[in-house]
Amino acid sequence: MKLELRRIHIKDIQFGDKLAVENGVLTVNKEDLIEKLKEDERIKDIKVDIARPGEKVRIIPVKDVIEPRVKIEGAGNGFPGASTKIAQLGDGKVNVLYGAAVVTVGDIVGFQEGVVDMWGEGAKWTPFSKTYNLVVDITPVEGLDPHTHEATVRLAGLKAAEFIGEAGRKVEPDEVLTYEMESNALETKKYPDLPKVLYVEMLISQGLLHDGYIYGVNSQLILPTLIHPNEELDGAVISGNCVAACDKITTYQHQNNSVILDLYAQHGKTINFLGVILTPELTTLEGKFRTCDYTAKLCKTLGADGVIVSEEGYGNPDSDLVMICKRLENAGIKTALITDECSGRDGMSQPLTDTASEAVAVVSTGNVSHVVTLPPADKVIGNAESIATLAGGWDGALLEDGTLMCELNAVIGATSEIGYHNCTVKLY
Amino acid sequence: MAEKYKVLYYVNQFFGQIGGEDKAGIEPMYKEETVGPALGFNGLISEEGEVIGTIICGDNYFNENKEEAMKFILDIVKKTNPDIVVTGPAFNAGRYGMACGEIAKAIVEQLNIPAVTGMYVENPGVDVCKGQVIIASTSDSAAGMRKALPVMANIVKKIVKGEELGLPEEEGYIPQGKRLTVFSDKRGSQRAVEMLLARLNDEPFETELPMPVFDKVNPAEAIKDLSKATIALVTSGGIVPKGNPDRIQSASAQKWGKYDVSEKDALGADYCTIHGGYDPVYANELPDRVAPLDMLKQYEKDGVIGKVYEYFYTTTGTGTSVGNAMKFGKEIGKELKEAGVDGVILTST
Repeated sequence: MKLELRRIHIKDIQFGDKLAVENGVLTVNKEDLIEKLKEDERIKDIKVDIARPGEKVRIIPVKDVIEPRVKIEGAGNGFPGASTKIAQLGDGKVNVLYGAAVVTVGDIVGFQEGVVDMWGEGAKWTPFSKTYNLVVDITPVEGLDPHTHEATVRLAGLKAAEFIGEAGRKVEPDEVLTYEMESNALETKKYPDLPKVLYVEMLISQGLLHDGYIYGVNSQLILPTLIHPNEELDGAVISGNCVAACDKITTYQHQNNSVILDLYAQHGKTINFLGVILTPELTTLEGKFRTCDYTAKLCKTLGADGVIVSEEGYGNPDSDLVMICKRLENAGIKTALITDECSGRDGMSQPLTDTASEAVAVVSTGNVSHVVTLPPADKVIGNAESIATLAGGWDGALLEDGTLMCELNAVIGATSEIGYHNCTVKLY
Repeated sequence: MAEKYKVLYYVNQFFGQIGGEDKAGIEPMYKEETVGPALGFNGLISEEGEVIGTIICGDNYFNENKEEAMKFILDIVKKTNPDIVVTGPAFNAGRYGMACGEIAKAIVEQLNIPAVTGMYVENPGVDVCKGQVIIASTSDSAAGMRKALPVMANIVKKIVKGEELGLPEEEGYIPQGKRLTVFSDKRGSQRAVEMLLARLNDEPFETELPMPVFDKVNPAEAIKDLSKATIALVTSGGIVPKGNPDRIQSASAQKWGKYDVSEKDALGADYCTIHGGYDPVYANELPDRVAPLDMLKQYEKDGVIGKVYEYFYTTTGTGTSVGNAMKFGKEIGKELKEAGVDGVILTST
């Protein structure tokens, strides 16, 4: 497969009469976007706003972040199976509004939504303080059950990103990144001496706000499955707004999965990158045994020498993480794991809920309970008071002057377990 | 700093130049001078600080008469009001280490005055105080004095000036066990790729998260006659009365709640979940799916169990630190034990 991600560098977003990119400035016609999204009769109201890096703006409660793109060559525009007609992804040319993001907010669905601060202390903790964010605030009609409410806002975010992405259709990109990998057999012929490496991406799959989707299929329903890395980079995997804000893999992070990109960078140089295995994290013990056995079996069948395993969420998925590790190491396959930790606000508690002596190489992306103090914003997009009910917040987390005290739990992408961000943990 | 900061020093009979093992029983004393290591230490800080005096106490005396010894020592600290207290270094001397650790810890906890000590990493005194006190990492014998004192002096200077201490390996102290979130110059995925490459090439690598070691809890003995037993219901599934009156967190719980269910047949419509770690829809339809009060009450009616305890206990399990979970467990367990509860149905999610 060969995929070109053609980046158009976005340096600002403005509202205007038409949808266009000129000299790096993305102009959006607000009314057109609102009209488009309100085609869904489950949506009562849409508000659109802009948050730029450095502005004293707080966005809360954030559900998902999506990168606006348009596919100009090859099959499948948008998110096939989820928001558009099904198609085989992974080949072709995609124009990317690089530096821009669609951020969805609105009435809270669950506890797993979070905060993005665009400036100062808060900006350090989230990767989405560096993007120009088009914030879409969605109010659904009354009486929707929670699952329909979630599906509605998820779809609205994807559609908004597709709509905005069209602005880049005819624009010449500032840089073109090419991702090309042929069959495992051919790649192995090309690089017979390089160690074969797989990436196991665990997806939480545990119900409302806890599911990932692959070509629109709920990850709860799958056996672990092999996909070409290009498929994920091309929009095959989307977020079901899963788990705590700090370590949910937003759709944006699937589109730009940092493990895939960093492995790709080594492909043909130091490793032979075989592909990505998407593994659901299920709630039942039988489910965990089935998926962990199956994942290890796929790695063995494909002849991997090394595997990177990334977790999504914490708690019971820690078991899946170390179970997969144990099976691979016992089969002679070397692993590196990526996880965050729950070491308590004081950092004195054990970091994981399960353990395996085989897990000797682990990257920690931060303690989810690390408490941060975020100074008052000049402007809040969404609802500042929602922090009281979010995971990582508490009643009283919002001080009278607008200062927000919360755990990293509530900050979008802070402890990203696909290693999208820079946090780590040191023992003091 | 116009005025020099004041350091109070503690040593045992040996380093206090009173005598060896035969003098280990001597009572504590205070000398307004720099004795033993205090002298060398004073030389290292003399530009900005000074050692104002040395407390000396026999190792045996301290360990056998802890209360009296501690009272004497704390009184001296109160009277002299130093900016910081230094004890040891104790190297690998066990009794001396215990004294240095306990004294330093008491000064931090009771008087809110910082304290620094020095020990070999295997000294039993390390575990006594490492959470509260910075312990310089020393060699296992007094031959390491010349190396230990500058490390301790440097740590003391930073603490007195309110400067942040760097990493344990940079500053030379024993890790306190705090896992602190910091920024790396590389993103996590890059670090994972590099770690895997190192492993594949048989090169050295260092994990960022050494695997935790778990406690093992022995199960209690079986209840002999359930029909006479009082059973309590406890959950980490975040089931609370609607409105969440105690404001229990949806993740990383800092507290638990208890609610009178003696008049209820089921949790039913008055309860809901605030747990942020699972799909709440089905629990909200019927909270007893998570905390089965309905079944327990039925068992009580049928005579299968003697009685359902009148209070139901609850907290949120997701992201809750083991430290907090242990604390909750002890608190709830104590109440249940005192109430004469025989058994607990503990549900997770």
